[in-house]
Amino acid sequence: MLAELLQFLFSGITVGAIYALVGLGFAIIYNASHVINFAQGEFVMLGGMGTVFFIGLGLPMPIAILLAIVLTVIVGLGLEKFAVEPARDAPIVTLIIITIGASIFFRGAAQVVWDRNIHSVPAFSGNDPIMIGGASILPQSLWIIGSTVVIVVALHLFFNRTMMGKAIIATSHNPLAAKLMGINTRIVLLLSFGLSALLGASAGILIAPISLTYTGVGIMLGLKGFCAAVLGGLGKPMGAIAGGLIVGISEVMTAGYISSAYKDAVAFIIILAVLFLMPNGLFGGRGTERV
Amino acid sequence: MKSLIKQAGLTALGVVTAVGLATGNAQAAETIKIGSFLAVTGGASFLGDPEKKTLEMYVDKINAEGGVLGKKLELIVYDSGGSPKKAVPFAKRLINDDKVDIILAGSTTGATMAVIPIVEKAGIPFISFGGAGVIVDPVKKWVFKTPHTDTLAVQKIFKDMKGRGISKIGLLSGSGGFDKSCRDNVLKLASGAGITLAADETHGKGDTDMTTQITKIKNTAGVQAMLYCGFGAATSIVAKNFKQLGANIPHYQTHGSASKSFIKNADGGAEGVRLPAAALVVVDALPDSHVQKKVAGSYKKMYESKTGSEISTFGGHAYDGLMIAIEAIKRAGSTDKAAVRAEIEKTKNYIGVDGVYSMSATDHLGLDEASFVMVEVSGGDWKMLK
Amino acid sequence: MNALAKPETGGILALAIIIAILPFLLPNSYYLDVANRVGINAIVCVGLNLLIGYAGQISLGHAGFFALGAYFSGILVSNHGWPPLVAMLTGALFVGLLSYVIARPIMKLRGHYLAMGTLGMGIVISIVLNQEGELTGGPDGMSVDGFSAFGWEPGNEQVWYWMIGGLLLVAVWLALNLINSPVGRALRSVHGSEVAASVAGVDVAHYKVLIFVVSAVFASIAGSLFAHSSGFLTPSEGDFFHSIELVTMVVLGGMASVFGAVVGAALLTTLPQLLTVFHDYEMLVFGAALIITLIFMRRGLVPTLLSAFKRRKK
Repeated sequence: MLAELLQFLFSGITVGAIYALVGLGFAIIYNASHVINFAQGEFVMLGGMGTVFFIGLGLPMPIAILLAIVLTVIVGLGLEKFAVEPARDAPIVTLIIITIGASIFFRGAAQVVWDRNIHSVPAFSGNDPIMIGGASILPQSLWIIGSTVVIVVALHLFFNRTMMGKAIIATSHNPLAAKLMGINTRIVLLLSFGLSALLGASAGILIAPISLTYTGVGIMLGLKGFCAAVLGGLGKPMGAIAGGLIVGISEVMTAGYISSAYKDAVAFIIILAVLFLMPNGLFGGRGTERV
Repeated sequence: MKSLIKQAGLTALGVVTAVGLATGNAQAAETIKIGSFLAVTGGASFLGDPEKKTLEMYVDKINAEGGVLGKKLELIVYDSGGSPKKAVPFAKRLINDDKVDIILAGSTTGATMAVIPIVEKAGIPFISFGGAGVIVDPVKKWVFKTPHTDTLAVQKIFKDMKGRGISKIGLLSGSGGFDKSCRDNVLKLASGAGITLAADETHGKGDTDMTTQITKIKNTAGVQAMLYCGFGAATSIVAKNFKQLGANIPHYQTHGSASKSFIKNADGGAEGVRLPAAALVVVDALPDSHVQKKVAGSYKKMYESKTGSEISTFGGHAYDGLMIAIEAIKRAGSTDKAAVRAEIEKTKNYIGVDGVYSMSATDHLGLDEASFVMVEVSGGDWKMLK
Repeated sequence: MNALAKPETGGILALAIIIAILPFLLPNSYYLDVANRVGINAIVCVGLNLLIGYAGQISLGHAGFFALGAYFSGILVSNHGWPPLVAMLTGALFVGLLSYVIARPIMKLRGHYLAMGTLGMGIVISIVLNQEGELTGGPDGMSVDGFSAFGWEPGNEQVWYWMIGGLLLVAVWLALNLINSPVGRALRSVHGSEVAASVAGVDVAHYKVLIFVVSAVFASIAGSLFAHSSGFLTPSEGDFFHSIELVTMVVLGGMASVFGAVVGAALLTTLPQLLTVFHDYEMLVFGAALIITLIFMRRGLVPTLLSAFKRRKK
């Protein structure tokens, strides 16, 4: 009984951490620009596939991972510079469709440059499960959870202790005021995309040993990450973390105790419920709007 | 009036030009046109990609050797992305616009089923590469298929289970068409084969972790084995999860997993998994006296040298489909659709890589259980079971 | 003569002429089939455009309404023998109610909450359609009988073409009338500034809900038409990607432009057929084309081209 619950919990927290990282990416970009970046899932894909590519070139794993992250960040910066910035005065809906175009472009490019096969990535520290209380957890899961904690702490420090981080927060509250205070909002936007790309790539690399990777892996993960961000209030980075864990755990609990057939629906039903009952997300405050 | 004309002009520009530009057909010299739509990209690309490569390489080979009935073969392949929604317009395009003589297509059951009404109405022979039995059962006049059906696969699996004294199993399946059709077959055939289903779990598309479902199956009282119906990345993930959870019961999968990448990506988790596969998969282990050894062996050599990747059964379906079609066209002496159809139906003892085909008016597949072999993953490779 | 001078009437006339002439320019029935798909997508987009362009709301689950209309028709007609027209209206009624129930609580809020709500709704619908195989045929889909009303049935693509073309004209006419009515004016004020509009006495939420329901019903009816004309349905008709496709059509063609919606539908429906020449590069080219087009024509094709002509005039 308990062993089973623990097993489900391990699974839920692991997958929830991944959703959280992806959701964080959505939240940070939304904060800076009110754009929902539908190419976020592709950052996840580039992280995983990039690692496969660099390992295939014969590079040792840590270097491959680093290069994959660098590659994704460059792509993210490129997306901002060449697709979002030129259209910055466009209506939000247009920008969203542009990011959708970008996600299609990245997928198509990945298929041409790499291939359409499914690839595996070696686990960071082996595949032997660790038994805790009758349930097994993979070392990779511990890597995922641990890395997510580290990343969250680092982000928290970044946003609250560094000048750049505070500039990003300021811009998300009021871009005009931020500009008047001398903050270069263009750089803030660029940085936000780079940061989100970093987060997405990390998620992709962390989960690849467990879930395999291929050019289409970003679609579902991107969608669930978006759910996580929405639950958290879309714009509250820490909310996205909680949102991710909630989506992950509730999915697993539904599959475990109710019906595995509808487990995917549960995340979206929760969103609908939250919207009806707590419209600003679980962590959003009341909003005001200037006339 | 000016803006009227402007509005008219713009809408005309948009609509007419877009549709009109879709005409892009150069009329080639007299050729035999083979039409195809395959899941080259998308979630089922490990089906469509080898199928496309196989068709292309053999059409080139046959053309280099002089073609068929003195004419060159012309292959037209569209990418359906594994979606029936996309397959339907492509099928209509092949029939009405490209005016092909025969259709060899349909990597997935879904795409195949969607297209059948169109093919039947147009009266054009269609050989499908889809897996489910429902494609040819009930028999449709113009529709044939080359892969083993999931009905045969499930029967084969149940037979092996009974041989090991297994009677109570847990089932895990995905949410795709193949998965659901396989599950339907399990539910239908279980009691007749003396098997009871003690657990019935499913997972979603793109899921990265099935430990929850496998835990439930493993913990169900009396469960003696697990059967997984699915394909793609999920097959390897299930195998890995199964190993992680230390489940000590026999693990079966279906012919949807019959590819080396399943074993490789499962990172050791595939050891001991049993599944039914076409002889092609274990061709190197076949004795020289085996009737399929020569054909399967030469396909394997050609495919692997031309593409640099391992063979897959799915490419084999395309090979068999193409060859059966070519033989039928030769026997008919023309590309007349009704004549070719009749000849396909008359295919007897044709030695393919999937098996030996003998079709008839009531059997548009022509394969039986004997052509399916039960294999087990051992030492990272396939091992044929007696 | 006043009516003719209005650009909208001129536009409808032009559209009618195009619809009338087109079949004679198309080489074979495959093209007619494509044109029929364009028409059906256009009906959905005209409705969706009212929501996005005029009410300023995004729906990320509109394909769900389309699929519901399609499956209502499919299941009621093929499995239960209902008359197709009744099934279509039943579907539309259900969709209307569903959209009302979803929109009412959400529309009171500011921001893009409708986008998220519709996202959730659309995905839940497509999961249900996929899972309930007994009812819907599951992921492999179900076949649907042809349409028949009062003893008459459209037998082939050509008859369907006239039917869809006619309905498209009706849809466009309805949309244009809505925009130019008091309702439309209220909507545009809401789009300009919700706070200002409500200060001026406009019941903001009420109008947003109204437009959402209208656009949902358009989608449902188009879905029913699709079910009968194509003869085969799969749950993917309701999935997230189809919803995104629809939004892309509206945005690309031109938000707040009824004819833009038609152009967008035409372009995006025919594009995959055109792009097959690129083979492996199809996705790449499509993505790039989308990005580039929207960067340079950020309000969509029709409004941008229209204002380019206007500027030339000066």
